[in-house]
Amino acid sequence: MNEILSKTYFSDKVVQLVVENRLIAKSRKPGNFVMIRIGEDGERFPLTISDADPVKGTITLVVQIMGVSSSKLVALEPGDSITDLVGPLGKPTHIARVGTLLAAGGGVGVAPLLPIVEAYKKAGNRVITVIAARNKDLIILEDEISKWSDELIIMTDDGSYGRQGLVTAGMEEIILREKIDECIVIGPAIMMKFASILTRKYAIPTQASLNSIMVDGTGMCGACRVSVGGKTKFTCVDGPEFDAHQVDFDEMLMRLGGYVQEERKAAEIYSQKL
Amino acid sequence: MSLNPEHLKEERSQLWRAELRSKIKNKERMFIPRVKMPELAPALRVKHQDKEVNMGLLLDQALTEASRCMDCVNPTCIEGCPVNINIPKFIKYIEQGDILQAAATLKETNALPAVCGRVCPQEKQCEARCFYVDKTDKPAVAIGHLERFAADYERNSGKTNIPFTAKSNGIKVATVGSGPAALSFAGDMVKAGYDVTVFEALHEIGGVLKYGIPEFRLPNSVVDFELDILKRMGVKFETNYIVGRTATFDDLREEGYQGFFIASGAGLPRFMEIPGENYNGILSSNEYLTRVNLMGAASDAMDTPIFKGKYVAVIGGGNTAMDSVRTALRLGAHRAMIIYRRSEAEMPARIEEVKHAKEEGVEFMTLCNPLEYFADEKGHVNGMRLNRMGLGEPDASGRRRPMPIDGSEFELDVDLVVVAVGVSPNPLVPSCLPDLKVTTWGTIVVDEDKMQSSISEMFAGGDIVRGGATVILAMGDGRKAAENMDLYLQNKLSSLTQK
Ligand SMILES: Cc1cc2nc3c(=O)[nH]c(=O)nc-3n(C[C@H](O)[C@H](O)[C@H](O)COP(=O)(O)OP(=O)(O)OC[C@H]3O[C@@H](n4cnc5c(N)ncnc54)[C@H](O)[C@@H]3O)c2cc1C
Ligand SMILES: Cc1cc2nc3c(=O)[nH]c(=O)nc-3n(C[C@H](O)[C@H](O)[C@H](O)COP(=O)(O)OP(=O)(O)OC[C@H]3O[C@@H](n4cnc5c(N)ncnc54)[C@H](O)[C@@H]3O)c2cc1C
Ligand code: SF4
Ligand code: SF4
Ligand code: FES
Repeated sequence: MNEILSKTYFSDKVVQLVVENRLIAKSRKPGNFVMIRIGEDGERFPLTISDADPVKGTITLVVQIMGVSSSKLVALEPGDSITDLVGPLGKPTHIARVGTLLAAGGGVGVAPLLPIVEAYKKAGNRVITVIAARNKDLIILEDEISKWSDELIIMTDDGSYGRQGLVTAGMEEIILREKIDECIVIGPAIMMKFASILTRKYAIPTQASLNSIMVDGTGMCGACRVSVGGKTKFTCVDGPEFDAHQVDFDEMLMRLGGYVQEERKAAEIYSQKL
Repeated sequence: MSLNPEHLKEERSQLWRAELRSKIKNKERMFIPRVKMPELAPALRVKHQDKEVNMGLLLDQALTEASRCMDCVNPTCIEGCPVNINIPKFIKYIEQGDILQAAATLKETNALPAVCGRVCPQEKQCEARCFYVDKTDKPAVAIGHLERFAADYERNSGKTNIPFTAKSNGIKVATVGSGPAALSFAGDMVKAGYDVTVFEALHEIGGVLKYGIPEFRLPNSVVDFELDILKRMGVKFETNYIVGRTATFDDLREEGYQGFFIASGAGLPRFMEIPGENYNGILSSNEYLTRVNLMGAASDAMDTPIFKGKYVAVIGGGNTAMDSVRTALRLGAHRAMIIYRRSEAEMPARIEEVKHAKEEGVEFMTLCNPLEYFADEKGHVNGMRLNRMGLGEPDASGRRRPMPIDGSEFELDVDLVVVAVGVSPNPLVPSCLPDLKVTTWGTIVVDEDKMQSSISEMFAGGDIVRGGATVILAMGDGRKAAENMDLYLQNKLSSLTQK
């Protein structure tokens, strides 16, 4: 179980893995994630299921190398197995026919965006997608996303690919051009914060998929708590998608930094071991 | 079975028991002082997260303590045990020096004796119903210590006895969760010949026994040993499997499962919803204990990080709060404080845990209630504001209601806060079974005599029914559910064959 069947580098830092797990492949829905643990000393961490094939019994993960855990995952080769893999977790995305959807993905957030874009397109919506990254190397899944989008805009911070500018610049251009009925944003918290400020200005209902720190992923610990509309919610069971205009992104950003020192130390120890 | 008075009488009248009784006069037995559990010295134990505080009885201590038990005609102690261990029988085996038989007696009705011997609130259960407590002013027979002794002795003897299992009947049943309720259910059902699979969401089997209760009270190796016995009896274990998510109940029915025992626990942590509670460095006790116990975060060799606070406040007065505060001490806290809004008399924690915590240097700030937290510029908690409480009239629970005292507010420096104010039932299972009857608190409604839920092939027990109780009550539920699911499935089967 949990055998890695294939591994594709999208860039130095972003890797796609196809993993065998018959049950999750069958039961997962767009928006769901899994929790992963690698080795007996590993931590549990979440990754979105970016695609699945129920016939072959596989799920697809796209992971960006951040620190110890993501590095350990990427160090596995086809034929290796992931020690622990559990899911599907989180509420699935609510897919509806809304008219025109503006989907915005930043960095590795494009991976979880893909099944949502696909589902919205299949539900009969017009889908315009903006994907953004720091530079050309970090733009991922361009072809796959473009297949399910009526229009695809690519933005890079340094202008090395697509247009130069932040994701919000691309989004605002579309918003000013045509009527957008709904918006979904997935990416780094800071990107979601500014995207959400933008769509609030234009009163466009917006969903954001939050990537808070998790331990169990099943609602047991509260590590993933966020404030939404002034109430405390657990991202893993109440989310991960929430009404972006209600999310307290500043608090979320603060909480994401909660273990920075410990993580830095762990990364140092890990790199010494290599 | 064990509660059947005829059966008890018959066993009591066996020659070896009669002979043992005649060896020492009851009067003499009554003058033997109750044994004291040997403990690791406080100064030493606070340095080790993984060293057990209670060290277990020595053989001669156990033999002497066993001889205190009168082998009563009417052993009321058994009624105090939710899994009805035949207490005099196992104790008399110890007195006779046949410790392995004592262990076998425990396992007739208790799948986890080494666990219960350690964590049962014996003083409120079997020992509270002991003859000594009922009829004399002497302390009860140390039933829990003896239970632990026998189970540990067997474990260390290398001669583990695997309980007898009936011939397989081929009927598949499943548990949802792997805490004590599920494990005792699984033990009884596999004995009766069922094909039992235990499904667990986490990567480890054991529920709270693994992720909650710390090593210094219940080593994981003890739990693993008892799990291994269940495995050898034929129970199957599936980790990383969330029933209702990974697969639905319908999927499992299709795979041939005919009965389900829902024992998914009360895993949802509650917070107080006061200002600043989401600052970094403020954790639920579940998060804190899970990081340390399940994920091994106290060790640098493990990837999971943990805040090692110097000034630690733990909010609450239950076992969970005690376990958290004692863990904080062991991870290097200068000050480890219990903050509890009632007085010590109302604390739900086991007396032993409170005593141990005090010996280790935990500060008890009772009749205090948190109002607000403060943080540094990075959002890490650095202080809290509290007020003092007085006790008013008794409330619905019979405990005196704490009332804030005007003008009593004060502040405290803290860099780690663990919130241990209770848990709610895990909503995962009820949320995927719309026909399942639940209370307004989210606990599953069952017929108390049978533990059967509103869906007839689904039984439930443990914290998901009781909303937070004890290991042994959960195990009692598991046994009751096993007995009644067996009846239910056999009835169903025979009515099918009659047709
Ligand atoms: C619902 C959800 C879905 C996600 N999907 C993806 C995905 O599809 N692809 C992807 O590359 N990343 C995804 N992430 C983020 C991913 O979990 C983290 O990048 C990963 O845990 C980093 O671990 P690390 O040890 O490599 O890095 P670290 O050095 O430990 O941390 C780097 C940063 O990652 C975050 N992080 C650390 N530990 C955790 C944790 N246990 N849980 C969550 N975040 C953590 C923190 O912001 C931290 O500062 C998702 C997160 C969530 C909550
Ligand atoms: C820190 C702490 C200390 C305690 N100390 C004591 C003590 O000293 N003495 C005592 O008697 N009691 C103590 N208790 C209470 C006792 O542990 C519980 O009452 C008991 O564990 C309840 O058992 P359970 O079988 O109902 O569930 P749990 O032990 O809670 O186990 C439930 C399991 O089900 C799993 N699960 C949930 N949903 C699903 C699903 N859909 N699919 C698969 N798996 C699922 C969970 O992951 C969990 O592992 C303590 C509790 C805590 C938290
Ligand atoms: S299981 Fe608990 S209640 Fe029963 S005899 Fe043992 S210690 Fe007492
Ligand atoms: S009530 Fe006490 S003395 Fe009597 S049999 Fe039980 S443990 Fe022994
Ligand atoms: S990750 Fe533990 S509650 Fe969400």
